[in-house]
Amino acid sequence: MRSATLGHIPNLPEKFGEEFALELFKRANFNRHFEYKVKEAAEKKLFTIPIYLSIGTEFNAAVFSMMLQGYKIFGQHRCHSIYLSFGGKPEALRDELLGLETGCSRGMSGSNAIQAPEANMFGHSGLMGEQVPIACGAAFASREPCLTICGDASVEEDYIYPSLGWAATEKLPMIFVCEDNDLSILTKVSVRRNWSPANVAASMGIPAVDIADDPWVIAYHLETMKENLPGFLNIRSVRHLWHAGTGVDDVPEWDRYQLTTAAMEKLGLKSKMSVIEDENKERAHAIWADCLED
Amino acid sequence: MTLAETIQDITRNHLENNNGLLFGQCVTAVGWIGGTVPDCKNIVEIPMTDVAGPGFAVGAALMNRRPIFVVRYQGFMWYNCSSLVNYAAKSKQVWGVPVPVFIRSIGMEGNGIGHTASSCLHSIFMHPPGLPVAVPMTPNEYREVWNYFLEHDDPIYVSEHRKSFTNSEEFEDEVYEDADITIIALSMGRMNALEAKKILNEKGIKANLFHQLWLKPFKPKKDMLKALNQTKLGLVVDSDFEITGASRSIAYELMHQTDASVHALGLEDRVCGVASHLENITPSPEKIATIVVELVSNVKRGHHSKV
Repeated sequence: MRSATLGHIPNLPEKFGEEFALELFKRANFNRHFEYKVKEAAEKKLFTIPIYLSIGTEFNAAVFSMMLQGYKIFGQHRCHSIYLSFGGKPEALRDELLGLETGCSRGMSGSNAIQAPEANMFGHSGLMGEQVPIACGAAFASREPCLTICGDASVEEDYIYPSLGWAATEKLPMIFVCEDNDLSILTKVSVRRNWSPANVAASMGIPAVDIADDPWVIAYHLETMKENLPGFLNIRSVRHLWHAGTGVDDVPEWDRYQLTTAAMEKLGLKSKMSVIEDENKERAHAIWADCLED
Repeated sequence: MTLAETIQDITRNHLENNNGLLFGQCVTAVGWIGGTVPDCKNIVEIPMTDVAGPGFAVGAALMNRRPIFVVRYQGFMWYNCSSLVNYAAKSKQVWGVPVPVFIRSIGMEGNGIGHTASSCLHSIFMHPPGLPVAVPMTPNEYREVWNYFLEHDDPIYVSEHRKSFTNSEEFEDEVYEDADITIIALSMGRMNALEAKKILNEKGIKANLFHQLWLKPFKPKKDMLKALNQTKLGLVVDSDFEITGASRSIAYELMHQTDASVHALGLEDRVCGVASHLENITPSPEKIATIVVELVSNVKRGHHSKV
């Protein structure tokens, strides 16, 4: 079932067009270069806290931020790219990892519980899945749209099923995302369960899809779902690094970054992407230069 | 006006005039929780989810709706507590984002309701930072707690007791210059301590009695400290378990702040049964009186050890 082409829809890059692709690239590419700097800083032991890098899933965050502008965000750990894509200040994230008062949570949350008030992104307490009912409560109370993101492990938590049911009953303006990397730390989904979160959501009357992390396919479904909320996406993704830390478990099942940039190059965007990448590299470098060069 | 009518009145005003919300399970059924829930807008009957339900209220609090979250049986807090303790109570200190949820946690005891639905569990909610804990038993006390909630941005744990819902009296502290002991009573321990005093009077023992509303922050009244310094002997009576409970915690605080030997009396360290002879409930007036007689006798004999 897991594959890089699950739910593939042909010709979507062309349909969404050049401008969409370049903005998508700009956001995802900056996420990646920022994360490279975090990795470098961790390896230089500028901080020793647990870090949850989003290398491999940058395009998920980038496409959410493009399609779900104005949404309130309730994420989990591994949310650096979400934070950055939705407009969280990168300097405040850097400072948070460094444990500084100028961090996005004044050093109280580290890597896994970050918030970005400027981007309507709420903090996560560390209890996996807890963000889902909290997002539902926020959507109910404000009647404003909310995005909540959990993983393939936290979707098994007791918080989820009743939240989906309540969202369906109350027709809450919610997008639920399960970013499914097939791993609970290192235990595979097939070891833990025989059911599909998308089927559970669908059984409650929530429009649901089970797709790979192709950003254009995600964009296509979000565009449709936004017209009839709530909606649920199980997105098969691949994290390239350890659950926590900078190491590598194995060769990635697929490399979404490479697949997506290749598709963008087919649109004839290579030279423009190169310019964007240079700018992003420079920006990430400038943000981290002082502490990495000291 | 009874306490139940007071709660209903406060709630109605909040829901109708303050854009507040009330979340709970089956709150509009079977007596509307002892007559404390009004029939008005903004009541949210949530599904039977004691794990996710509190998260709904937390999310509403993040949206400035100042929700009331009702747990019919305080024993069910074991699985209702995660988002309240781990998110609502922490959020202001971690993210600078207040999560004001008014947690109505209702204690019951007696009538064979057994080991899970019975009892009060306010002591465990004194542990985590960021969560004030109050135990109102009278209409005015409830108003005080509600006003505190509106004037602050913290979540608050309100340990209610069903037996107090019909109460319309206010209680004054009772202090005597020649008292033998100072009793500090919490929750239903207050009603039982009042009865115990009558028994003690007949035995020629005079007891000061202080009614304690706030468990956390615990700020003892000056008169309480003065009385304890005078009697040199105190007893804290509570409706929650005694071991690592509010009664012992408060006794410890008071011993540090006075010259008195302060003892604790709460629920016994055993599971509550359904049959009446197996119940484990708030120390009865007779039990409180017996303990006080022994404490006072021990002091008169020159012993200060716990009975």
